Amino acid sequence: MTETIRKRPPRRKTQERLVQAVLFFCAAVSVFTTLGIVGVLLFETIEFFREVPLWSFLTDTQWTPLFSDKHFGILPLACGTFLTAAIAIAVAMPVGLLTAVFLSEYAGDRLRGTVKPVLEILAGIPTVVYGYFALLFVTPLLQRFIPGMAGFNALSPGIVMGIMIIPMISSLSEDAMYAVPQNLREAAQALGASRLQTAFGVVVPSAFSGIAASFLLAVSRAIGETMIVAIAAGQQPRLTLDPTHPVETMTAYIVQVSLGDTPTGTIEYKTIFAVGMALFLATLVLNLLSHGLRERFSEKYG
Amino acid sequence: MKLEGAVLRNLLARRRRAEWIFKIAASGALLFALGTLGVLLLDVLRDGLGWLDWDFLTHFPSRKPEQAGILSALAGTFYLMILTILIAFPLGVGAAIYLEEYAKKHWFSRIVEVNIANLAGVPSVIYGLLGLELFVRTMGLGRSLIAGALTMALLVLPIIIIAAREAIRTVPNPIREASYALGASRWQTVWHQVLPVAFPGMLTGSILAFSRAIGEASPLITLGALTYIAFLPDGLTSPFTVIPIQIFNWVSRPQKAFLNCAAAAILVMLAILLAMNAVAVFLRHRTQRRMTL
Repeated sequence: MTETIRKRPPRRKTQERLVQAVLFFCAAVSVFTTLGIVGVLLFETIEFFREVPLWSFLTDTQWTPLFSDKHFGILPLACGTFLTAAIAIAVAMPVGLLTAVFLSEYAGDRLRGTVKPVLEILAGIPTVVYGYFALLFVTPLLQRFIPGMAGFNALSPGIVMGIMIIPMISSLSEDAMYAVPQNLREAAQALGASRLQTAFGVVVPSAFSGIAASFLLAVSRAIGETMIVAIAAGQQPRLTLDPTHPVETMTAYIVQVSLGDTPTGTIEYKTIFAVGMALFLATLVLNLLSHGLRERFSEKYG
Repeated sequence: MKLEGAVLRNLLARRRRAEWIFKIAASGALLFALGTLGVLLLDVLRDGLGWLDWDFLTHFPSRKPEQAGILSALAGTFYLMILTILIAFPLGVGAAIYLEEYAKKHWFSRIVEVNIANLAGVPSVIYGLLGLELFVRTMGLGRSLIAGALTMALLVLPIIIIAAREAIRTVPNPIREASYALGASRWQTVWHQVLPVAFPGMLTGSILAFSRAIGEASPLITLGALTYIAFLPDGLTSPFTVIPIQIFNWVSRPQKAFLNCAAAAILVMLAILLAMNAVAVFLRHRTQRRMTL
């Protein structure tokens, strides 16, 4: 009896150590993933910049790596990305914010309880479905009102993308507003402020960092969105801010090249990593900013 | 005095009007969002319902839209998801256990935490680039099922970790303390006490994560998954396609009839997602009831 008890601790200790090592490895996988992404992008991007000077990458106004007359200016792709994302935000921000204020300050628990999950469905629908909807429903609809509009354009996928990110803005902003302490509202109402005045004069400013965080996250999401723009925006990189023309986003370019069989080591292959790097950096900055804002918000009211 | 009363009335009327305008605007916003959802579903139903039949589910894609089906895409999605779950679920739960039950609050767990939050925000095409370089080229797996599953596993891992951590946090501390008091080791406590309680919650979160992965096309396209496959995958290294890629392929064709195929495939995909979400909601409901008891 004493023998077995004395024997047990070492065995238990090694087992515990082994388990802890395995679990540590699981947690480390996520760090390796980040390192892998950064490493892969960096490696191919450096290879890319051996052949294309950084200056012309940033300033050339043409993007034609797949043609014989090759130009490597990221500007047209960045412009297409910016345009579609801006349209999406222009749709999602007002709708999302109005919804958030309404759900947080006006709706009862029951209405909020039913509307929120239904809104979340919008975020759960696969993006190819949105692409289909943009190309075959929204574009023909818009063409009725805007006669000169091309079959592929920035407007329609932009709007549809905006609809997709409404729940992201509404539910994150609503969480932020909901977290604003009740006594702030009561104080405002005691001073004679109406519900609306309380909402926009007290609650929205108090929840501002939380709302800004949701905005940044939505921008990041819109920039990284792929299938909607790949299907409905066309695949012509052009430097325009006219939403009725076909454009190409950074993400759609990556898809376009991937659909063809591009051998490793060619400049076409390297371009998708250079574009991916630009995309990664842009979303990373937005995500970090958003994360920081949310931390600040939860420190304030957490 | 009289004048002041009139001013006040005026002010109140303006206030009431502002409230009204806001309520109308907010209802309009809500209606716009929910209405679009309805229109989208109706549009897909109208285009696709007529094409959806048993033949569509059991035929391979074809040059002729009338004979085209989604059998290979359906099988590809199924195999890919099974593999992804087998890889990502244990890894995610393991990572969550480490972060919640083992890691001390020092710089490493802080880094992992920020890292996971950021990974969840990385666009999915970027994961495709990682998979392309790492699994397809460097490890020489080719454009195979296993390369796709590894990529998808990395994509859903952060979401699973976040969900699993939340589930672990709902386990009351006295349960752990009681277990330690009886002489159980840390792992014994985790395995026999924490995991059984947290498991349904982990499952719910993971099902939602995997249902997101089912609709993802861009990382797999970036990986080089083929868009036209007329056979069933027969092993880990077999080429494959999935439903969203098949939809993308059909949407890109000029023939009108392929658009109906795409719509019908969308219906199949939405049905799968609906079923998975229903399971998740059911599980959540059941565990919530048990927790309150």
